[in-house]
Amino acid sequence: MCQTVICCRVTPLQKAQVVQLVKKYKQAVTLAIGDGANDVSMIKVAHIGVGISGQEGMQAVLSSDFSFAQFRYLQRLLLVHGRWSYIRMCKFLGYFFYKNFTFTLVQFWYAFFCGFSAQTVYEDWFITFYNMVYTALPVLGMCLFDQDVNDRWSLYHPQLYAPGQKNQYFNKKAFVNCVMHSCYSSLILFFIPWASMHDTVRDDGKEIADYQSFALLAQTCLLIVVYTQLCLDTYYWTAVNHFFVWGSMVAYFSITLTMCSNGMFYMFTSSFPFIGTTRNSLNQPNVWLTIFLTFLLCILPVVAFRFIFIQLRPTINDKVRYKMRTEELPVPAPRRLRRRHSTRSGYAFSHSQGYGDLVTSRKFLMKRSTKRAPLFTQTDSSIFQNQPQHYRTIAEEAEESQGHSP
Amino acid sequence: MMASSYSAKDEDGHITVSGPGGGTLRNKKPENTAFKQQRLPAWQPILTAGTVLPAFFIIGLIFIPIGIGLYVTSNNIKEFEIDYTGDDTSSPCYNCAKNFSWNNTKSCTCTIPFQLDQPYESNVFMYYGLSNFYQNHRRYVKSRDDSQLNGNIDSLKKPSKECEPYASIDNKPIAPCGAIANSMFNDTLTLFYNDPNGTSVPIPLTSTGIAWWTDKHVKFRNPVGTNSNLTAVFQGTVKPVNWHRPVYELDTDPENNGFINEDFIVWMRTAALPTFRKLYRIIQKKNTMAPTLPRGNYTLVVDYNYPVRSFEGRKRMILSTISWMGGKNPFLGIAYITVGSVCFFLGVVLLVIHHKYGNRNNSANISN
Repeated sequence: MCQTVICCRVTPLQKAQVVQLVKKYKQAVTLAIGDGANDVSMIKVAHIGVGISGQEGMQAVLSSDFSFAQFRYLQRLLLVHGRWSYIRMCKFLGYFFYKNFTFTLVQFWYAFFCGFSAQTVYEDWFITFYNMVYTALPVLGMCLFDQDVNDRWSLYHPQLYAPGQKNQYFNKKAFVNCVMHSCYSSLILFFIPWASMHDTVRDDGKEIADYQSFALLAQTCLLIVVYTQLCLDTYYWTAVNHFFVWGSMVAYFSITLTMCSNGMFYMFTSSFPFIGTTRNSLNQPNVWLTIFLTFLLCILPVVAFRFIFIQLRPTINDKVRYKMRTEELPVPAPRRLRRRHSTRSGYAFSHSQGYGDLVTSRKFLMKRSTKRAPLFTQTDSSIFQNQPQHYRTIAEEAEESQGHSP
Repeated sequence: MMASSYSAKDEDGHITVSGPGGGTLRNKKPENTAFKQQRLPAWQPILTAGTVLPAFFIIGLIFIPIGIGLYVTSNNIKEFEIDYTGDDTSSPCYNCAKNFSWNNTKSCTCTIPFQLDQPYESNVFMYYGLSNFYQNHRRYVKSRDDSQLNGNIDSLKKPSKECEPYASIDNKPIAPCGAIANSMFNDTLTLFYNDPNGTSVPIPLTSTGIAWWTDKHVKFRNPVGTNSNLTAVFQGTVKPVNWHRPVYELDTDPENNGFINEDFIVWMRTAALPTFRKLYRIIQKKNTMAPTLPRGNYTLVVDYNYPVRSFEGRKRMILSTISWMGGKNPFLGIAYITVGSVCFFLGVVLLVIHHKYGNRNNSANISN
C-alpha cells in the first residue's frame, strides 16, 4: 500500500495543489514544511505551515505559523509541543465549560424556590469576581504549564500523538459528558445546602437560614468544588500552579471577609449589605459540615470514575505516566552526524494509507470542472475499492496513456 | 533582497549578521532556563490504588461516626410545632382568620391549648414560622434602604428609589421604607402554663438577644438628633402603611426601640427559602434544677394581626431546644451515614476491580 509519495521537480503552484488536494478530499489536517521562497504557497495553503530559517532566506519563515532552524526540530514540534498544546486546550475547554455551567445551573435550581423572580443565589460581588479573580489564575496556570508526560517520554513513545489526531479529548461526546457532570454537580451544590439549611438555626438559636448566609454557603461550596476539580485536572504542579491555586483560595476568603467587615459597610453602605455574614455563619459547625459533605459528594464520583477507567481501560497516556513513575528516563536519541545541506528541502509525507493514491491520481493536474462529483461515488475508482496500487510516477503515466481518466 | 544579505547559520542556530557596523552576533535561541524550556520542577500525582483505596476507606470510616453523632444529637433536640393559620373550621383561630380586615382597630385574639409530653431543659427558643412566603423574591429583597436603617439623616428624609412604592406617602418619607419593613410580622404570641392547681402562669419571654450582634450594633442604628428623644428625631416621617404603631413606639425599652428593635431586625434579615422560621422570644432557663418548661398543659394566646390566607400561606409557632449543630434537622446525620456507607462500599468494589484488572496498566503492553 502506498503510504508515502515523493514529488520532485514540482513547481510552487503544484506543491500548493498537492496540499489542497489532500485538504479537500481527505478532510485531514495538513502540515507543510519548507525553507525556500518556492515553498511559500504550500505553507500558506496548509493548515499548519512551518518555515525553516536558513540558507534560502526568510521568505518561508515570514509566511509560516511556526518556524525553526532545522528540519529535525519538526519531531519535537509535533510530538512534544503540539501534543501538549492539544492537551492543554482540551483541558481548558472542558474545565471552563464545567465551572461556568455549574455556576449557572445552581442559579437555575434556586429559581424554583424564589418564585422565578431572577433572584441570584450568590452575592453580587461574587458573581463579578468569580470569573475575573477567583477562577482566572488557576485555569491560566493549568493551561500554561500542564504536561502529562515530559518531553523525553513523548519522543520515546510517539504513539501518544494518536489521541490528538483522532480528536479524542474534546469532541461532542466529551462536551456532553461535561454538561452531565455540571448538572450533577449543580444539583449537589444546591440541594445539599438547601436540605441542610431548611428551617435550621444557629447553635445559639439565632438565624442561619437567611438569604445572605445561604448565599455565602452556596458560593463557598461552589468554589471549593471547582478548585478541587481543577486540582484533579492538573497533572503537572509547578510552584506557579501552587501559588495560583492556593493564592486564589486565600484571595476568596480575604475578599469575602473584607466585604463583610464593618469598615467597608461604613464607607459604602448600599454596596456591601453582607456585613457580618461571615462572622455569624462561618463559625457554625453545621455550615462546615455541609461544605465538607458537598465537596466530597461532588469529587468522589469523579475520582472513582477515573480510577475505574485507569484500571479497566488504561489509555496509552495512563500507561506511560505510570511507567514514568517507576522507570528511568530514556536516554535521548544519539545525534546523527551532520550532513551537508541539501539544495532541496521541501517535503511532503502522510501518516496513513490512501494519500499516495490520491496524489498519484493526477487529480490536481486536471482542469477544474464545473460539476465536481464527490470522491466516493466513483465506484470504479481504485481508491474506493481500496485495492493495492502499483508504484508509478506521474511522468511515466502521462507518457503511457493519453486522456486517461480516473 | 533579503536572501542575499543573509549568511550561513551554524548548527546551533546562531545567526551572524554582517552589517555596516561590523559583525554582530544575534542569538535567536530562547533562553535555556527551566521556565522557558518548560522543565520546571513539578509534582506529578497520578491516581494509584495506593492513594485512592485508602482514601475511600478512611472517608467511609470517618463519615459514619460523624453521621451517627449528628443524627443522635438531632434526635435529642426537642421540638414542638403548632400551626395556627386558622383555615380549618375546627381551628381556634378560624374566626380571626376569616374576619380579618385591614381596618380593624381591635386585634382579634385566639387561644390554643397544647400539651408538652416531655420537659424541656436549658434555654427554650420560641420561633414563629411562615410558609409559602417568598422573602427571597427579587423585588422584595431589594426593597430596603440600608443607609436609612443605619441612621443616616439624609436617607431618613429622602429614602432611596429602591423602596418605591413604599418610600413616601403624601410627600412624607416613610421610616423605615420598603416592602420588607412594611410586611413585618406583627402577631403577638404569649405562653401560659396551666399548672396542676388550675392557675394559668404566664411564662416569661425574653425579647432581646434574638438578633445577630453585628446587626444590632453595626448595621442598624437609630438616627441621632439634637435630643435623645426618638419621637423628635423621627419628626417629619410617617409609619409604614401596614403598621399599627410607628417605629419609635415599637418597645418601651429605649435600647430596643426604633430601628434597633430586635423583632424588626430579625424580620429584616430576609430568609433564603419560602418556608422559614424566625426567632421570636427566648425562654431563659431557671436557676433552679427544675426544667424550663415542665411536662403538662399549656396555652398559646395569639393576637392575630398578620393575614396569610390571601396567598395560601401558613403560620406556626415552634418551641425548640438547641444543640451545637443548631435546631432539629436529621438531614445532615442521615446524609453523612449514607455517604460514609456508600464510600466504604465503593472502596470495596474498587479494591476488587483493582485486584482483578489492576495489571492492565503494566508497561509491557505499550504498543501501537
